Amino acid sequence: MLLNVTNLDVSYGAVKALHGLSLEVDEGEIVTLIGCNGAGKSTTLRAVSGMLRPRGGSIAFEGQNVTGIASHKLVERGLSHVPEGRGIFANLTVAENLALGAYARKDRQSLADDHERALVLFPRVKERLKQLAGTLSGGEQQMLAIARALLARPKLLLLDEPSLGLAPQLVQLIFSIIREINKQGTTILLVEQNAHMALAVANRAYVLQSGEIIKSGPAKQLLDDPDVKRAYLGA
Amino acid sequence: MADFLQTLIIAITLGSLYALIALGYTMVYGVLKLINFAHSDVVVLGAWLSMTVAVFLLPRIGVTGATWWAGGLVLILAMLLCGAIGFAIERLAYKPIRGAPRLNALITAIGVSLFLQNFGQLQFTLIPNERVVASGALQERGQDPRTIRLAETVSIESEQKYAVRLFKNSAPEGATPQTRNIVAAAGTYEAGRDIAIDGGVGRADTRDARYEIVRIAAGAPLKLPFGAMPAGMPVLFNDRPVWEHVFVSETEHGRLEKPVRITLLDLTIVGTAVALLVGLQILVFNTRVGTAMRAVSYNMETAALMGIPVDRIVSMTFVLGAALAAAAGFLFAVKYTQIQQPAHATWVLLGLKAFVAAVVGGIGNIRGATLGGFLIAFIEQFGAYAGLQVGWANASAYTDVFVFVLLIVVLLVKPTGIFGTTVREKV
Ligand SMILES: Nc1ncnc2c1ncn2[C@@H]1O[C@H](COP(=O)(O)OP(=O)(O)OP(=O)(O)O)[C@@H](O)[C@H]1O
Ligand SMILES: [Mg+2]
Repeated sequence: MLLNVTNLDVSYGAVKALHGLSLEVDEGEIVTLIGCNGAGKSTTLRAVSGMLRPRGGSIAFEGQNVTGIASHKLVERGLSHVPEGRGIFANLTVAENLALGAYARKDRQSLADDHERALVLFPRVKERLKQLAGTLSGGEQQMLAIARALLARPKLLLLDEPSLGLAPQLVQLIFSIIREINKQGTTILLVEQNAHMALAVANRAYVLQSGEIIKSGPAKQLLDDPDVKRAYLGA
Repeated sequence: MADFLQTLIIAITLGSLYALIALGYTMVYGVLKLINFAHSDVVVLGAWLSMTVAVFLLPRIGVTGATWWAGGLVLILAMLLCGAIGFAIERLAYKPIRGAPRLNALITAIGVSLFLQNFGQLQFTLIPNERVVASGALQERGQDPRTIRLAETVSIESEQKYAVRLFKNSAPEGATPQTRNIVAAAGTYEAGRDIAIDGGVGRADTRDARYEIVRIAAGAPLKLPFGAMPAGMPVLFNDRPVWEHVFVSETEHGRLEKPVRITLLDLTIVGTAVALLVGLQILVFNTRVGTAMRAVSYNMETAALMGIPVDRIVSMTFVLGAALAAAAGFLFAVKYTQIQQPAHATWVLLGLKAFVAAVVGGIGNIRGATLGGFLIAFIEQFGAYAGLQVGWANASAYTDVFVFVLLIVVLLVKPTGIFGTTVREKV
């Protein structure tokens, strides 16, 4: 098991955001976490990547307890997080943003290859290396954010709403890229509001409501689940 | 023309110093959104530590006067020491309250500043430069009134400095003793013999008194922190003119000659400051660590998601800022040589104007702070120059006013500063 989250409790001050949340992600999988606004999806990812310190419960990565470990150390271990809203450094150029993605890496030589590989996936980013990242369009920023995360060579990639605010064709493109990244060997934990698309690419899914997992199972199965259909697929 | 050139030289020199200090304010603001009020006090520490190193260390390694590398050595040591102080300030004062409301950080910064200002005025002798080699009661003088009778054997080595201190037993603790030089030739003087001293001892002085013979080592004692009195910076750089021109003008009172000179010292100051300014720009804009610094300044949380060790980058920012402040303090001290006590108005104004430079340039913006420093210096110097040209005899007393008027104008017209972008509230 690559990621094991057990009984996670997270609060913002007095506000409880997650209670006793458990989930797991196996190597090679795409797992998706769907739920309404405010269900706690982003909170889950933030706790996993060390941005938030959980009140209780534990997080294990590659079988080792990583609860409470700082984000930058988790990146070195192979856990990267593309946050909601992309987290682009608007004051830096596209090239500098990409360089920061590889900040924690020590293997300089294979970095150049990875750089190439990441940019092949995102030709539009490649054309804009010298530009300030803040001047990119929303879709380009999302691609930059994913390309940048890939340069850390993550074993597990956390993606928080990569399709947010993108035009339909671009959403298609982003999801095909997600599938491609997974094919190349990166495990993915995907948070999405676009449940249709998410369930279509994922192997397994969890449904989150008010900080708790209310359903889980193979993605295909949840696509046909009447409750899920009613609540998240607008059917 | 002569006045214009002289003003230009001063403006460039001062501008480079303001810029060095302004960078520290702006870098710390950039990463922590904190106005580090203690920064100007680090400048003061830089000046005093330079002086301390120069008077304590240089004589002990046999360096006197303006050896070309002595100034560089003092500068580097002062920068290292202040860098360490900057590191400690951040770890001890600011890191524990990271994430607390901004007002808490502001109050802490004022507290650190007050602490440094007041602590700096204490003084203890940490390492004395003299050692007592003999002592005893001073019941009787020697045969000759210009000698004292030894109670202990003492050997006087040639080429060493010795002195005799005379103490009244009834004097309060810590009272300054009378001091006489030893004029005896080198050799061993047995107990009971007389030894010649310069000036001698009056009969009345011998009653209820004792003496100490001390051997004085080269160099001053190490006194830290710095004390409440101004001190003099030793000469470290050659002040030889490298360019000199005499401007001659005919006036109604006859021929008027005005020399303008650029000294090696001026060049050294501007050269050092500009080298450091350029070095910092390269570090911030062209290195991996500089990119990380700019990323942390944009968004600390996301920077951590890139694998950037945010705490280390914040520390580095403080260390760099403090090292530049130390350089400014050092250069200020070698230019104006009389170093005022910590908390003196000279320092307060220097720090304040550098802060204005950072705000005018757009706080948080590295290039803004650099150019802001020069802008402030040009405004104050050429403001006075222009005033004098139009017959305002008192204009040079108003240099500070020009600076603060500029601040007000900039804040009214473009509150984010000349190079500032709109303020982003951090999440
Ligand atoms: N910084 C914060 N301070 C206080 N409460 C917060 C904070 N961030 C999130 N919350 C609360 O925690 C709960 C879960 O928020 P979270 O951002 O994880 O939701 P989400 O599932 O990602 O929603 P969305 O789909 O809108 O992004 C919400 O009720 C939210 O109001
Ligand atoms: Mg969210």
